[in-house]
Amino acid sequence: MLLKAGLAKRHEPLRAYLGRSWPLYAMILPGLLFILLFRYLPMYGVIIAFQDFSPAKGFAASRWVGFDNFDFLFSLPEFSRIFSNTLIIAVLKLALDQLGAIVLALLINEARNLVFRRSIQTLIYLPHFLSWIVLGGILLDILSPFGIVNNVVRALGHEPQLFLGSNDWFRITIIGSSLWKGVGFSTVVYLAALTAISPTLQEAAAIDGAGRFRRIWHIILPGIRPTVVLLAALSLGDVLQAGFEQILTLYSPAVYRTGDIIDTYVYRVGLVSAQYSLAGAVGLFKSVIGFFLIVASYWLADRYAGYRIL
Amino acid sequence: MIRENSLSSRLFDYGNHLFLAGFALLCLLPLIHIFAVSLSGRGPANGGFVSFWPLDFTLENYDQVIGSQVFLRSLFISFQRVVLGVSLNMALIVLCAYPLSKSPLVFRGRNVLIWVFVFAMLFDGGLIPTFLVVRSLGLLNKLGALILPGAVPIFSVILMMNFFRDIPRELEESALIDGASHWRVLWHIYLPLSLPAIATLTLFAAVGHWNAWFDGLIYMTDSNNYPMQTYLRTVVVELDLTRVGVTPQELLRLSDRAIRGAQIIVATVPILVVYPFLQRYFISGIRLGAVKE
Repeated sequence: MLLKAGLAKRHEPLRAYLGRSWPLYAMILPGLLFILLFRYLPMYGVIIAFQDFSPAKGFAASRWVGFDNFDFLFSLPEFSRIFSNTLIIAVLKLALDQLGAIVLALLINEARNLVFRRSIQTLIYLPHFLSWIVLGGILLDILSPFGIVNNVVRALGHEPQLFLGSNDWFRITIIGSSLWKGVGFSTVVYLAALTAISPTLQEAAAIDGAGRFRRIWHIILPGIRPTVVLLAALSLGDVLQAGFEQILTLYSPAVYRTGDIIDTYVYRVGLVSAQYSLAGAVGLFKSVIGFFLIVASYWLADRYAGYRIL
Repeated sequence: MIRENSLSSRLFDYGNHLFLAGFALLCLLPLIHIFAVSLSGRGPANGGFVSFWPLDFTLENYDQVIGSQVFLRSLFISFQRVVLGVSLNMALIVLCAYPLSKSPLVFRGRNVLIWVFVFAMLFDGGLIPTFLVVRSLGLLNKLGALILPGAVPIFSVILMMNFFRDIPRELEESALIDGASHWRVLWHIYLPLSLPAIATLTLFAAVGHWNAWFDGLIYMTDSNNYPMQTYLRTVVVELDLTRVGVTPQELLRLSDRAIRGAQIIVATVPILVVYPFLQRYFISGIRLGAVKE
């Protein structure tokens, strides 16, 4: 059928093919150029990690130093600190966010009043769409020594706490506020999965005498299992994403010990102190691990949840 | 619908509604607090006496914000950025997604090109090399630095491509047989059928551009070129007003707690305005295959 229409001839001469299909190449060309310029050129730029890069000489003429930058990096005391901070914060965030989203979605699903459900959803999705600058400004205000939170703490008879300035509190504040921003929106996927669970199955169970909690346990939870598996697999790709914009907004030198992560370190060393090659080495280290993590997560998602992006 | 009337079940219902309402309130309270602060007089605001209702009600804080040249300039840069950035995003998303949605028989080289796109999404050159590229292109302090590096959101291209693939093949085949070009097929068949997807991606792109601040921080060495969120960072987060070039007098004014609150609220209003539309569309956005973001 296609052949008759002359739409896809396998051995058609190139000239005839292009005469008809050139618009396809014209369409993709601008986007392709942007990707080459702003995605692939920086990939070539990772060679600064193996150079003593100087902006005056550029990528091509800077002196090569092999793995010196990496040797130096791995010898720095900061390195294990930023690596473990990144992992700890990211993994805790991912785990609590998913867990919280599942519980929250189940609870919303149990609320029967539709207007109530809609209103709840409207409110809990909202923080996801605010920037970390806006939320950071709010947090800095309400968590400050004379902010509303410490006013409550004082009223309860405790000492005010430096929620953002002490190493005892920083991670808790970061993880808690990230949960607060994101957990509502994370329920979207689970709520979509919950609507797909057959109501007749639940009614049948109810007629057979299954109470509410048994229905949740035996029908609803198994029903969203594929979604849980899928999101668990995909979150593997994010275990080095501790939340750069959030931490850069909220941290300070006082909490580097517990809150400095790979991304903030790259930013400070590279763009504030202009040690391009060292920062480039840290960045490349993260990009390479991140690449394998994402590939592994997509592989797992395909293998165990049948999810493909293409 | 199943009706449950046992006591434990009804108790659960009460508890559940209460909990959900409490959690939803928790999402809103910080915003309400800042809103109340922004409407309060300077004294109660700075003293930390305001909770969820303004004290010494005044609109003066907003007058100050709206009258501030620095704030208005950054606001204008952000508007420019959203309009130009989103237009470019959407044009490129559609133009890339259409050819990529074709089979390799129709679009030779498609399978190679899709991997060029996917690899670019999976492997990140990193902050420093990207910065060096943008700088060497002479984009520092230009609006282009905020728009061009992220001009092709690859994940959105893939979503759009998957959406295009679900459009019945027969529609376009008959058009092509009748002699229509791919341009016409895209414009007259694909676009009208993809409006929900386009609306979703447009709204998300707009929110992304409006909320972005880090690129402004690194690519704008002159703070006069800061977009609004980057400017806001210097006022409400960094508290470093020397960077935004204001007089000591204005400095004192702008860092005032109530005025900081007013600036946060003004920065949030556009999000609140598009939020109802967003909410209507992002469920369909999820169905497009997006998981998050």
